Amino acid sequence: MIWFWISVAGLVTFLTRYSMIAFIDPETLNTNLKKVLNYVPSAVFPALIFPAVFLDKKGFFVNIDNPQIWAFCIAVIVGYFFKNIILTIVSGLISFWILTFCL
Amino acid sequence: MSKIEVFKQGFLDVIPLTIPVIPFGIIYGVTATEIGLSPMIIFVMSFVIFAGSSQIAFSQLFIAGACPLVMITSVAVINSRHLLYGAVLSQYLNKLNYYWRVLLSYLMTDQAFSVSLSYFKKNKKNYNSHFHMLGSGFTLWFLWQISTLLGIVLGNIVPEQLGLEFTIPLTFLSLIILELRKLNHLIIIMISGVTSLFSYSFPYKIYIIISALLSLSAAYILITKFKKK
Repeated sequence: MIWFWISVAGLVTFLTRYSMIAFIDPETLNTNLKKVLNYVPSAVFPALIFPAVFLDKKGFFVNIDNPQIWAFCIAVIVGYFFKNIILTIVSGLISFWILTFCL
Repeated sequence: MSKIEVFKQGFLDVIPLTIPVIPFGIIYGVTATEIGLSPMIIFVMSFVIFAGSSQIAFSQLFIAGACPLVMITSVAVINSRHLLYGAVLSQYLNKLNYYWRVLLSYLMTDQAFSVSLSYFKKNKKNYNSHFHMLGSGFTLWFLWQISTLLGIVLGNIVPEQLGLEFTIPLTFLSLIILELRKLNHLIIIMISGVTSLFSYSFPYKIYIIISALLSLSAAYILITKFKKK
């Protein structure tokens, strides 16, 4: 039975990816809607970021002295000023290591 | 640019964002093994579903004996953000034939969506720009399969203390880092982020789509009521 449900899960996942690409005719989208779509990354990614930084695995807020929070802040500042994807990730990870292992 | 060059560009653009893919794939392989799924099932899931958090949720619910309806709903809700990605990408992929759209849909991930969207926006006249998403999508797909295998075969080879899970939020941060400079986007980011913190405990990981839809509604209001830009 698990094979069947894996196939269904795969199909459902595929449909979430495919349906909009297949059935939306961009010509019919009005300009306001197109503008709203520009915000999709800014609307989705924070929901993947915030809980991973500020909550523990059970969903409780982590302590303010948690290295994650401070490493994250450093990554925000570095990324903001250098406008660089790799620097954002690397500065955050290195700060996390320094805060975890050296302090 | 030729097809190969565009493909290579997609590969290069996505590479920095694949840092969390390896540890995450390994975590999936290890967790799924530990809770008792067979290596064959674990690997086939990476191939058929190809969506990390859905696969982990699916495995855990299956082992816990959840009813299939719950398992499938959970997968659908976690992946519902793809509907938004699809709506955005449809503006650039609508000229492609059926096979291309099926292939690129299968390869759609958060990272591939983000880097290829930037490329599409900058290269609206490039006839071969879909090869960029083939490059970014395939790279991620390949690494996901490899890391799933590593997790199954080698077990947990990444020490937890390294905190590589933390590269997941860092990667997503890097994808919106340029938007922090735009006030409208900053407002949307904060609304989405704060909403996600307070709706995190809702069932089915529904917090992702709730936060997205709430902040997109806010974006709609910003755009229509305050016509700045």
